[in-house]
Amino acid sequence: MARYDSLLDALGDTPLVGLPRLSPSETVRLWAKLEDRNPTGSIKDRPALAMVEAAERDGRLRPGSTILEPTSGNTGISLAMAARLKGYRLVCVMPENTSEERRQLLAAYGAEIISSPAAGGSNMAVALAKQLAAANPDWVMLYQYGNPANADAHYRTTGPEILRDLPTVTHFVAGLGTTGTLVGVGRYLREHKPDVQIVAAEPRYGELVYGLRNLDEGFVPELYDPDVLTGKFSVGSQDALRRTRQLLEVEGIFAGISTGAILHAALAVAEKAAGTGERADVVFVVADGGWKYLSTGAYSGSLEEAAARLEGHLWA
Amino acid sequence: MAVTVSIPTILRNLTGGQKSVEASGSTLAEVIDDLESRHAGLKAKLVKDGSLHRFVNVYVNDEDVRFQGGLEAKVSEGADVTILPAVAGGMR
Repeated sequence: MARYDSLLDALGDTPLVGLPRLSPSETVRLWAKLEDRNPTGSIKDRPALAMVEAAERDGRLRPGSTILEPTSGNTGISLAMAARLKGYRLVCVMPENTSEERRQLLAAYGAEIISSPAAGGSNMAVALAKQLAAANPDWVMLYQYGNPANADAHYRTTGPEILRDLPTVTHFVAGLGTTGTLVGVGRYLREHKPDVQIVAAEPRYGELVYGLRNLDEGFVPELYDPDVLTGKFSVGSQDALRRTRQLLEVEGIFAGISTGAILHAALAVAEKAAGTGERADVVFVVADGGWKYLSTGAYSGSLEEAAARLEGHLWA
Repeated sequence: MAVTVSIPTILRNLTGGQKSVEASGSTLAEVIDDLESRHAGLKAKLVKDGSLHRFVNVYVNDEDVRFQGGLEAKVSEGADVTILPAVAGGMR
């Protein structure tokens, strides 16, 4: 049944598609979970709607409330759609070096944007949002980095969908941002498959993004549970771009840049498994489509040029 | 064993401004001790109470050492060791 009473009801139950051309062998297979097939085109629709509904249930959100959230884009777009349908005002705090498409989409949905300095990255957006929350006690900060409803959305929906569609799953690979996807899906899969490997792909940015970062002021999301993970890869922008293009050229999937980073890690674990001769079914997340990144030039020109253009951008 | 270590901007005052330095060792702990012998002060920034500082991430060939044994992670000849501050990353 593919009929729904409203857009919000069309959330989730996304396709899991095999990648026969990119898989190393018949016994080591790669599978893409197409999260771009959600209502606003990203995996963030799941945690965003779950956080809104949890806040409605516990009475924090009432008709006309203002929602505040630090977001580099996709969560903001998901919240903006939900806020529009449910009648809330949304204020997003985002680093100024995020893509133009994300800003246009947020504005189209009626969200207000407060920019934080590029050099401070997401850490600074989080810090600024916390200041704004303290100054405006009637605003509701859902705070995706520490809201249990974020990981719980994946524990209740994404994880069960994967196990239902591929009971032989051995590895799950996703991006590491709020850590909600990895922690939620990881916990669910581990309960049913104790040996499952949960692998994170972490974006590695250029000097401009890390430049001012102080080692004593690091940021680890409150949701993060290191016991769920079994591995973590750091992926630079050139590798992420190369894999994003490879996914399109070889398997026809037009994905965003963070998906390229996730695929890079997925291929690394798949090749390791192939090397030791073990059977593996590696599921990785396609977090969003490529549409919002066209203006960054990620898909045109040489890899080196495209990587240079991304320097200083938060691409994931 | 010789390895290449990438130093984040914030620690380059300890390496005379160098972005990457050579070091030797077969585990991360040995590499860090070797670094300390030539760039005094680095170890205190990376290691706290016998384990890696909470807000420091170290990667050997792009894999986070926290899942490879931490300070006891094996480092092979020619490996790339990358030190980075922990940041909020990913699609938010």
